[in-house]
This record gives sequence, C-alpha cells and structure tokens, in this order.
Amino acid sequence: MERQEYNITAYTENQVGLLNRIAIIFSRRKINIESLNVSPSEIEGIHRFNIVISETEEVVEKLAKQIEKQVEVLKVYFNPNQDVIWQEMALYKVPTDVIAEKVLVERLLRENGARAVVIRKDYTVFETTGHREETDNLIKALQPYGLIEFVRSARIAIIKASDGFHSKLQEFERREPSEEVAENEFLNDRKQVFTM
Amino acid sequence: MFQPQPSAPPTTSPAAATLAPTTGAVATLQALVAEGVDTIFGYPGGAIIPIYDALYDFQEQLNHVLVRHEQGGIHAAQGYARSSGRVGVALATSGPGATNLVTGLADALIDSTPLVCITGQVFAHLLGTDAFQETDIINITTPVTKWNYQVTNAEEIPEALAKAFYIARSGRPGPVLVDITKNAQMQTFDAPAYERCTHIRSYRPAPVVRAEYIEQAAALINSAKQPFILWGQGVVLGKAEREFQAFVEKSGIPAAWTILGVGALATDHPLNVGMLGMHGNYGPNVLTNECDVLIAIGMRFDDRVTGRLDKYAKQAKIIHLDIDPTEIGKNVPTAVPVWGDCQETLPLLTALIEPRQHEAWLARFNNYAAQEVDAVIREELFPTSEELTMGEVIQQLNEITGGEAVIVSDVGQHQMIACRYARQNQSRSHITSGGLGTMGFALPAAIGAKFGAPHRPVVAVIGDGGFQMTIQELGTIMQTGVDVKIILLNNQFLGMVRQWQELFHQRRYSFVDIQSPDFVAVAAGYRIAGQRVDDRAALRPALEKMLAHPGSFLLEVMVTKENNIFPMVPQGCSVAEIRLR
Repeated sequence: MERQEYNITAYTENQVGLLNRIAIIFSRRKINIESLNVSPSEIEGIHRFNIVISETEEVVEKLAKQIEKQVEVLKVYFNPNQDVIWQEMALYKVPTDVIAEKVLVERLLRENGARAVVIRKDYTVFETTGHREETDNLIKALQPYGLIEFVRSARIAIIKASDGFHSKLQEFERREPSEEVAENEFLNDRKQVFTM
Repeated sequence: MFQPQPSAPPTTSPAAATLAPTTGAVATLQALVAEGVDTIFGYPGGAIIPIYDALYDFQEQLNHVLVRHEQGGIHAAQGYARSSGRVGVALATSGPGATNLVTGLADALIDSTPLVCITGQVFAHLLGTDAFQETDIINITTPVTKWNYQVTNAEEIPEALAKAFYIARSGRPGPVLVDITKNAQMQTFDAPAYERCTHIRSYRPAPVVRAEYIEQAAALINSAKQPFILWGQGVVLGKAEREFQAFVEKSGIPAAWTILGVGALATDHPLNVGMLGMHGNYGPNVLTNECDVLIAIGMRFDDRVTGRLDKYAKQAKIIHLDIDPTEIGKNVPTAVPVWGDCQETLPLLTALIEPRQHEAWLARFNNYAAQEVDAVIREELFPTSEELTMGEVIQQLNEITGGEAVIVSDVGQHQMIACRYARQNQSRSHITSGGLGTMGFALPAAIGAKFGAPHRPVVAVIGDGGFQMTIQELGTIMQTGVDVKIILLNNQFLGMVRQWQELFHQRRYSFVDIQSPDFVAVAAGYRIAGQRVDDRAALRPALEKMLAHPGSFLLEVMVTKENNIFPMVPQGCSVAEIRLR
C-alpha cells in the first residue's frame, strides 16, 4: 500500500489534556504530524481538530479508530486530499523598497493573489491563502529579492461529502444512539468516511 | 454559532435534592460509597491527608487496606476487580506515590481491568512550580489510562467520580485516574446528592448490534466444515459464560482459550480443546492454520497468540465478536465483524445456527493432545526424574482443590505451567498479568483477590524472581490477617529468560542466576507460617497442610533448575511451526 496525504478531522469536547491524548496516538507509532489545527467548531463547546499526515490508508484507519476511542472524542473522519477542500495561509515579510522598485515582484504578488496586510516604510507583510505548491512557488520566487521572514499556517479542511456536525451532535446527546450514528465502516464506503 | 440542544436531560441533574455543606474529601468518600465500593487499597501521604482524615470516620462503610508500596496497592485493586467483577479502587499520594501506580495502570489498561485510582496532588496554586512531591501525573498517566482528570475545585468532585466509575466499568473496562489537589480536598462546598453517571455524549460503550452481521456470521458457521472457536477475557467481562457455553454446545465447535479467558468454559469440558499462544497446546496452534472458519470471541489476537501474522490463519474466514471496534480488523483481516457486547450477540447468533457435531475434526484435536501428552505433559505432571517439576506441583494442587480454587500466578515459566495445567471449573479462577507480563503482580493481586472473593480459597503461584519484586506485601498479609496461600516455585533462576538464553543464545546465561534469601525465614519474620519442600514424598502432605492451615502459608518448593517450557512457538515463527521439544 502506498503512502499519501490524509486529512483527519476530529470533533471533540473542549477538554484540557485532550490534545495530548490525541498527539500521543501518533507519536507512539513514530508518525510525524505534518500539520495540526485545533479550533472551536461551529457548535459551542465542541472543538475541531484537523490533522495532516502521510501514511497508508490501513494505518490511517487504525489511527482514526484509536482517536475516536478516546472518551472525549465525538467523531473522526479521514479523507485523502481529493475528498476535501483545504487551505493553508502564509505570511511573507518583504522589504518595502523591493516592492516599490522591482516591478517583477509586484507582478508576482498580484498574480498569486497576495494581499498586503501591513505596509510600513521598511517592510511590508503579505498574506496568501491557498495550497502548498502555490505557497512554495511564491517563496522560491521571492527569496532572491530578500524575503525577510516567512510563516506558514496549519491546514484547515472541509470534507466535500459531509453534512456538517450539528445534526449528528443531537444524536450523540440522545442516550440510545440511532442507526446513523452507530454505522459501521464495513457497510458504508470505507474510503470516504470513517464512522463508529 | 449553533447552540447544542440536548433532547435528554443532562447526565447528573443539578441539586434537586438535598444540598449539604461538605468538604471535598468527604464528598470523595461519599461518592465511593454510593458507587458500591466496600474495599480500598491505599497508602497515605501529605497530599492526600485530608481524604485520609475523612476516611477515619468512614471505617464502617469502607474497608481500607494499608499496603506496603503503592504498586502493591494497585495490583491488589486489580486482583480484587478480577476476582469479583467489580471496580477496584486504589488511593495514593502525590509525587512518588502517584508514579508508583503507573505499572499497575499500564497492566490494567492492556488487560481491560476496571479500576478507579485517586491520587492526592499539591495545592492548585503550586501546580507547575516543582513543588514538594509534585509530579504531572495526568500527563504521565495519559497513555496508560482509559481516562483521567484533575480536580482543582471541590465542586467538580461528584461529577468527576461519577464519570470515572462509569468509564471504568462500561464498554471495554479499563483504569481511570482522578487527581485531586489538596485545596479541593479541604474546600467546603454545597454538595448535591450524589448521582451515578449513565451517559456521556462523546462515549458509546454499548453499540447497537446489527442484525445483518449476525446473519452473515451464522451463515458462515452453518456452512463451515472445520470451524474453530477462540475465546478470551471478553466472555468473562461480558458476564456471558452461560451464553458462550450454549453457543459452543449447540454449534459443536471445538473451542480454545487465551490465558485471560480460561475457565469461561470448564477446562475439562469435552469441547474445550486447550490453550492458545506461544506456550499453548499443540493442537490449537497447529489446527489454527487448517480451520476454514475462525470465530474469535472477546479476544484481541495478541502477538503471543498469533505468532507471525503473515502466516496466521490465512486460509480461514474470520468472524470477530468484540465490544471494542478498534480491535476488529486491527491485527487480522475480518470477514464478518460482529461489533457488540457478547452477552447480547452470542444468544442472537446461537438462535440462528444449526445444531451440529464435528466429530472427525474434534478427533484431530484429541489426536494432537495425545501426542502432546506423550512428548511433554506426562513427564511434566507425573515425572520420573528425581527432582520436582513445576507441573507436578500444579497437578497435585488440582487433585486436592478439584478446580475450585482461585489461582493467582506471577510471570514467567511457572505462569505458563500454571496456565496450561491448572484445572478451572469456572471463570475468574485464574488471575495473571497477561498483556503486560508484570513480575511481582501475583502476591499483591492474591491479597486483593481474596478480599474480592472471600469465600473462595486463593492460591498464589509465584517464582523466586517475581516474589522478590513485591515481597514487602507480606506485611499487608501480616497486618490484615488475610488468608492467602502462596506456592513459591523456586528454580533459582529467572527461568523464562534463561530458557531463551539456552535456546537462542547458546546458553550464555547473562544475569539470570538470581540468589534468594531463606524465604521461609522471611515469612516467619512476617509471622506467616511456612515450609520448604525439596522431595516428592513431602510434596502432597505439605500442600494439604498449607490448604488446611487457618491463615496464610508460604510453601516453597525447590524445583529443577533448568527445565524448559514446551510446546513453544518461537519468536518470528508461525503457529503451525510450534515445537514440542
């Protein structure tokens, strides 16, 4: 089986220490987390994790189950890149006089949809939102002109086929989970969505 | 922003009933009593003094057993949980007291034992300051607990403990740790009437059983020519022994057990074909690679059972009944997953299968058994050699107890002998450290087991190495007067490691030659009766004397120094390559 990038999405309670519980599931198997985003979800009190790793599907499935097994984790999904819509943000600090003088740089930034966030006499900070390759290309292009500093954000992703979590949450809160919540991956399309 | 709209009332309803001003410490103990706890194993210390002070007034309701090391305390709680089926409770102070629980937590997690451990912690305002006896126990125990939580305010105590007990005992059981800061223990608050936890929205211990999988499994079983059942502790944890026996008898399928599942079907039941694993019985191992349908019930295909996975039961279709979905498909590919509580799924399956007998297939198991008797068993249980064997001690014990005793074994060669040869008529009769293989487990676990099953005779079977790891718990026996019989099988070696060094490292005995004290004299120092035996004629009378003795007794039996445990599936081999010699 081949390794590819997988996006793991986990809905959890907002509990101190849960980040550690989830992180050790990866480090225990010596798997590097390439990107991690934890932020409040659209539902109050529920957090959403977005984790990116490069692994085989078999391993990702086992990891997803082990994460969902944790008491404070509600639901875990895993999807390859083609099944999600994702974005990563990046900030670039460039000397302002370079932008002013070198027309090439200005065009580069305009072509990549970079927005200026802050403009000062000595430096300007740009922001782009997009995919890794686009960001990497822009860094390479800017470096000869004196890129002062660069930072890349974690990835956030929305699953193409999902209905959102709100309706599922109501089933979790009922004492007897419905068939829907209790669905098993063997019945559903294993590749798309893992549920327990 | 969506607001969650719960359609059911919240899990613990707030103070509807009486509010009484209570300290956190008292509220903790009230919670234990409300959860049906009658025995706790613990060791006091600075950070847990408020709870111990409150405990002083709870002595009628809670029996506290003072151990000699917190590791002894948690192993005792495990033994209690294993023999009684109830949640074991251990208390320890902060810092070193808490870290001494880690081995027991790891052991309980891998062997699915329900435990609630309460540790004291420094004052909340001192957290993270390297205070005296402060350790970050929550982060240390995160990988070895099913759930853990730190309480810094007394108001959290009732809900935290309710959740702790619910999580520990439901679904696949496991250990839970609740760390309570000293200020929370001392704080006075208006405690609501205690309510048990029955639902946590992010946790689903009992799944809805899907009928189509039961049907698929039944169809597969009905068409099988050489079906084979493997069962483990799940049958015992699910309290499904009766349902399991009904399933086995109706299906007529030979069944083999893992060391934690032993006794769910009596060892001398005609369809019980023996033990699985690296040192299991010959037939079950070889025939695993010849069956056409493998039915795994409440077992997790541990590597000691499977040998190399790429040569394990590849020819068979596997049906896996388990309550933990992460186990299904984890190690072996499953044809039919039956996710659920086996107490629920087994009767549904039994209803759909046809009554059968597989006489020719069963005969093959018996054939291998006969070969094993000739090659290994006879000489082990009825030796013609001069020196005593471990097997013959167990054989004699079987004859005297008739399979009624609770055996608690430690880890090593003697453990394999006790597992293979001890007779068990019911489950919860053999308590041993399976997944973690913790030496020193048996002595404290036997103490706990006796508290958990006071009406059954408890016999600990321990090696000379393991005994010295937790020997201080003889003090617990002395102080409580608990009646635990101890058979110390002394081969003057760390036997299992010595065996591997003999077989795979050209007899380079690297640091396995362990010197021991005069164990009987040590026991006498702890005011425990004892005797040493080193010849056959003295063995039976000594065993009978031990079992008849009113109170604990240490029987040290000097056995052959260099004996090997066979059969064996060597590391990296397939189960079919099991060696008889």
